[in-house]
Amino acid sequence: MSIEFSVAAKDRLKRLLEQYPTPRNGLLPALQLAQEEFGCISPEVEDYVSGLLQIPAAAIRELVSFYTLLHKEPPGKHVLHLCRNLPCHLRGGREIQAYVERKLGIEAEGTTPDGRLTLLQSECLGACEDAPMMMLDGKYYGPLTPEYVDRILDPILSGG
Amino acid sequence: MGTMERILSKYMELPDSHRLAAYRQAGGYQALAKALELEPEEVIAQVKEANLRGLGGAGFPTGAKWSFIPRESNKPKYVVVNGDEGEPGTFKDRHLMEKAPHLLLEGTAIAGHAVGSQRAFIYIRGEYVKQYEILEAAIEEGYEARLLGDNILGKGFNFHVSIYKGAGSYICGEETALLESLEGKKGWPRLKPPFPATWGLYGCPTVINNVETLCQVPGIILNGPQWFAAIGTEKSKGTRLYGVSGHVVRPGIYELPLGTPLREIIYEHAGGIPAGKGLKGVTPGGASSGVLTRDEIDVKMDFESLAEIGNMLGSAAIVVMDEETCMVDALHVISRFFAHESCGQCTACREGTGWVEAILRRILDGEGVKSDPDLLLDIANSMTSNRICPLADGAAMPLISFVSKFREEFDFHISEGRCSVGAHAAVLSGATG
Repeated sequence: MSIEFSVAAKDRLKRLLEQYPTPRNGLLPALQLAQEEFGCISPEVEDYVSGLLQIPAAAIRELVSFYTLLHKEPPGKHVLHLCRNLPCHLRGGREIQAYVERKLGIEAEGTTPDGRLTLLQSECLGACEDAPMMMLDGKYYGPLTPEYVDRILDPILSGG
Repeated sequence: MGTMERILSKYMELPDSHRLAAYRQAGGYQALAKALELEPEEVIAQVKEANLRGLGGAGFPTGAKWSFIPRESNKPKYVVVNGDEGEPGTFKDRHLMEKAPHLLLEGTAIAGHAVGSQRAFIYIRGEYVKQYEILEAAIEEGYEARLLGDNILGKGFNFHVSIYKGAGSYICGEETALLESLEGKKGWPRLKPPFPATWGLYGCPTVINNVETLCQVPGIILNGPQWFAAIGTEKSKGTRLYGVSGHVVRPGIYELPLGTPLREIIYEHAGGIPAGKGLKGVTPGGASSGVLTRDEIDVKMDFESLAEIGNMLGSAAIVVMDEETCMVDALHVISRFFAHESCGQCTACREGTGWVEAILRRILDGEGVKSDPDLLLDIANSMTSNRICPLADGAAMPLISFVSKFREEFDFHISEGRCSVGAHAAVLSGATG
């Protein structure tokens, strides 16, 4: 399988890189675009972006290994970040985590066998007024109860 | 105390508050017009006289920070907005970016004029997807209305703003780590000096300000510095957004003058503790501040008063813990956060935060040893120097205060192998990341 940006993505990349003095300065946004296109920053994607921007692959690996929102491996169709930090923890975060883990059959972090959902533990997401809360595909949900979790996740788990 | 000003809140409460029309109707961008009639030095003088201080955590005087930009340098100057809100318990900047993006843009543009910059980047944390989209739309509105871009308001001032999305990293909220990230690298803080004012983004003079700090600027220019300085305490002026979370009836944002007593914020504004339970502890300035006991909550929430009792105002993120909270468990959650977020560059922090988390975990698992609390304090002391950035200090402060102020809970966990508060079963830690 050969990795290549779509025409639209190449155009977006060009406009994106115009904002920065060097391609290296635009590397993080370029990788975010690559993740949108390819789902994750696999070694093949690293090599592709490296060649495209003329930046050493090691520089790309540096970013992928450092930033938690960049995925090295393909995540599930949906990505769930569950907050485990103090304000959420104080308002039942651990119980919600246990509920979600049981519901998905996943311990701590992982992807459901059917590839529908990846569960990740997150630090503070900046929505402590709605604790305990989570981020699903970039959207925030809280305060969570088991019933609310069911309402959000069941449609996804059954085929969304 | 005089009438409480709702300097920031009034913009967030307008219908369609994020739209340019609503903001302009409320008087928005008049401050920018006024600022552009002033010399840059005069703008800086007013911000200095108002005594606005950084609201991201460090409380550094904003006017002084702006004055450090070397005007005579012929390198381009940059304004960088720190929207990488990540201090646990902090959510004020999210509200500001979502509900008052134009207030932020106006403050940023005024900062640009003050320091001779024509280019700003708003660094927003990657998780704030909704707020990114709102800001992006607001920037577009700004360009269309010639409030951003070339020849702003026809006054010959060019100022270009774009957004830069973070990708999940607490340390990128530290100024120089943010700059590294903006330059396409991992967020490893830089050794200082040099400071960003002389060597910042791309090695150029750069001013970095927190979202809320910049949001306070238009009011100061429009109403004058004395108006701002009339609110607050002698050295901590104006209002700020206090974020209250944890065991309170009404978690949320409360705009109040600097110097409001912590007790008032918790009990009057946030409704006190649910089910009438007692207060056991509260961290007043985010996870990096130490914990205060119920005997200490009459402290005034300003920079000086908290520093005097060995704590800090920080991001004014007030996290309340009721009487049934296990303080060993709470400290473990905080320590796990710092261990996860340590960038790894400095040995004392990387190893220290990792070992602190592991030791607390073994205490919670019923395998602690008698010397562990003293070992934790020892590690804390080794983390507060020998480091390039204050993340380790932020990890050490809660560590020292929790262990010192709740020592008997730690000792009980170790000697009895269970929780004195009965807050949780024996094996707690589960999986850690």
